Amino acid sequence: MIRPDAPVLLEIRDLHARVEDKEILKGVNLTIRAGEVHAVMGRNGSGKSTLSKVLAGHPAYTVTGGSVHYRGENLLDLDPEKRARIGVFLGFQYPVEIPGVSNLEFLRVATNARRTEQGHEELDTFAFEDLVRERLKVVQMDPAFLDRSVNEGFSGGEKKRNEILQMALLEPLVAILDETDSGLDIDALRIVAAGVNQLATAENATLLITHYQRLLDAITPDYVHVMAAGRILRTGGKELALELEERGYDWVDQELAALAGEVA
Amino acid sequence: MSNAQAVGDLVSQPYKYGFVTDIETEKIAKGLSEDVVRLISSKKDEPSFLLDFRLRAYRQWLQMQEPDWARLGYPQIDYQDIIYYAAPKRQEKKASLDEVDPKLLETFDKLGIPLSEQKRLSNVAVDAVFDSVSIATTYKEKLAEHGVIFCSISEAVKEHPELIERYLGTVVPSNDNYFSALNSAVFSDGSFVFIPKGVECPMELSTYFRINSGDTGQFERTLIVAEEGASVSYLEGCTAPMFDTNQLHAAVVELVALDDASIKYSTVQNWYAGDENGVGGIYNFVTKRGQCRGERSKISWTQVETGSSITWKYPSCVLQGADSVGEFYSVALTNNCQQADTGTKMIHVGPRTRSTIVSKGISAGRSANSYRGLVQIGPKAAGAKNYSQCDSMLIGDQAAANTYPYIRSQQPQAAVEHEASTCRISEDQLFYLQSRGIGFEEAVSMMVSGFCRDVFNQLPMEFAAEADKLLALKLEGSVG
Ligand SMILES: Nc1ncnc2c1ncn2[C@@H]1O[C@H](COP(=O)(O)OP(=O)(O)OP(=O)(O)O)[C@@H](O)[C@H]1O
Ligand SMILES: [Mg+2]
Repeated sequence: MIRPDAPVLLEIRDLHARVEDKEILKGVNLTIRAGEVHAVMGRNGSGKSTLSKVLAGHPAYTVTGGSVHYRGENLLDLDPEKRARIGVFLGFQYPVEIPGVSNLEFLRVATNARRTEQGHEELDTFAFEDLVRERLKVVQMDPAFLDRSVNEGFSGGEKKRNEILQMALLEPLVAILDETDSGLDIDALRIVAAGVNQLATAENATLLITHYQRLLDAITPDYVHVMAAGRILRTGGKELALELEERGYDWVDQELAALAGEVA
Repeated sequence: MSNAQAVGDLVSQPYKYGFVTDIETEKIAKGLSEDVVRLISSKKDEPSFLLDFRLRAYRQWLQMQEPDWARLGYPQIDYQDIIYYAAPKRQEKKASLDEVDPKLLETFDKLGIPLSEQKRLSNVAVDAVFDSVSIATTYKEKLAEHGVIFCSISEAVKEHPELIERYLGTVVPSNDNYFSALNSAVFSDGSFVFIPKGVECPMELSTYFRINSGDTGQFERTLIVAEEGASVSYLEGCTAPMFDTNQLHAAVVELVALDDASIKYSTVQNWYAGDENGVGGIYNFVTKRGQCRGERSKISWTQVETGSSITWKYPSCVLQGADSVGEFYSVALTNNCQQADTGTKMIHVGPRTRSTIVSKGISAGRSANSYRGLVQIGPKAAGAKNYSQCDSMLIGDQAAANTYPYIRSQQPQAAVEHEASTCRISEDQLFYLQSRGIGFEEAVSMMVSGFCRDVFNQLPMEFAAEADKLLALKLEGSVG
């Protein structure tokens, strides 16, 4: 829902970043206000996941220029754990497996880290069990997944549901969901989308990275951005996604070429 | 700072137990000879069978060579430069704890092992060994009511010589190896446990070893006997001050389990490991062996090895009785320049004997961590079974892990199963945990303790939390 007077949650200005020696983000601009749903689309390799990891603070990526502010605070100064505690959440495109670490314990420690930051009391194991059982319903997940190691042996779709479960527990203000829809079967997609919609409020915002219209049928975006070669090439309303579905990305090359011409 | 480097810093926590107790000590002159062996024996007022045992071992030792097959590198040990006996001056065993030198009680307090009536751990009896002598054993009377003997081995030599003569050296013969021969010649103190027929020991037993003097070696000797149907759980802990010279620790532990008996032996080893450049630290050469003499008997070793500059240790089980069971659960953490070559031997002699080996090696810094294990199935061990699992975790990119599993089977139907894996704590795993608000240190320690869970689950309840804390401590520190 667009409200021009809603507070800005995330402000990305001319963001440049590289990994190893390769420049991947080449001037990203994006403003996200409370209550909004943004979708970022774009070809494989255009830099979408890179953007999400830079926002979450992955140590392999170096910011070489620009700024990111989260509710007025310089986000790039903060450790990844601090970013998470103050309400930035990244749902990973490829969630990693962590053998030996119990999913339940992991979720509890993470939830308590966020709660402590918010000035709430930590939850003991019993209180947390109650909370997690309630949140499991958001993604209709079997409690048996709590007893396993974090993501270990989870199917692709189960991993994605576990990501949304984490989001439901951490109650972020900015949730970046990187291809949460990929790997989900039709029913699971519906469940996950319903979960994301349920978690959306006027106070928080969602940034969906996706390749497919079917996710955007279920979660209606206020803005759709097209990413190409490390920047946001075009921004529009939900109809832009439909246009992409029809036309593909060929026009991107022409625009990029035109842009290159302008620069020259 | 890169993550790899940060993890490296994280595991370089300063050693907490490095203090020295300032106490008057009686020491004999450096060096080893037949006279020294006789002197130790006479200081302890030993019966002649024991002096003979020592002298025989000493002569055997003279004929033996220090082993060099382990994957360990260290300078030649000068056996003439070591003191073989050191004891606090006021050392006669006191009738009550009130008479024990308060400095010693304080030392054990500081180590987290309070001995006094008011503060001591409930339901854990402790034998406290300081340098070469045992200074106190708690709950002796209560144990005696059940017929359980728990005392220092020196005391046992005096009060139960027949038991010592019957069992000492029967599991680990003095000439078993170089270090067992040395130990048999000069051993000073250690614990003796005897659980009579049909008795389930009413509390955990524990021995705490503390090296205090700088130039002494520690040669302790432990003997545990569980008669038919008896059972006991025993734990040893150890620490030493920080000295910049290396100290030799060569212990021998013997376990005997008769029919239907069970012995659970746990170790939390935290000897001083030397500094980050490998200066100082304990050389830990230990022979531990249990003999499942009786049918359906069971011996289980659990070890958490975090200290020592060098660890050479292979707690083993000789599964003689039919249907007997041997277990080995191990966590070995090495950091900086530490070297560990550790594992087990499961010798299947009797029919339908079963063994389980679970080894978890964690190497950080420039350390080297090797698992070395032997599973031997003899010709009479029809239906024997072994399952081994050896996992290594590498932290940083300079640490090394090796696995040497040896299997010798003379039984075509024996089932021997071996699994091994190596993993590295990856940047992406740490980032995943961090991106959920979990701090870097906690993320590392969650992964490490997750990796060790199967072993920690085997520790007695009272110590499982302690082991987890110890590992976390080793992994804690300043993150830049
Ligand atoms: N760690 C890395 N090392 C080298 N190259 C990298 C690394 N991470 C990303 N890249 C490169 O950066 C570019 C952008 O990758 P990114 O994962 O951001 O793409 P994406 O838009 O998310 O693509 P997809 O739609 O396939 O998920 C790619 O060319 C990728 O190969
Ligand atoms: Mg991607």
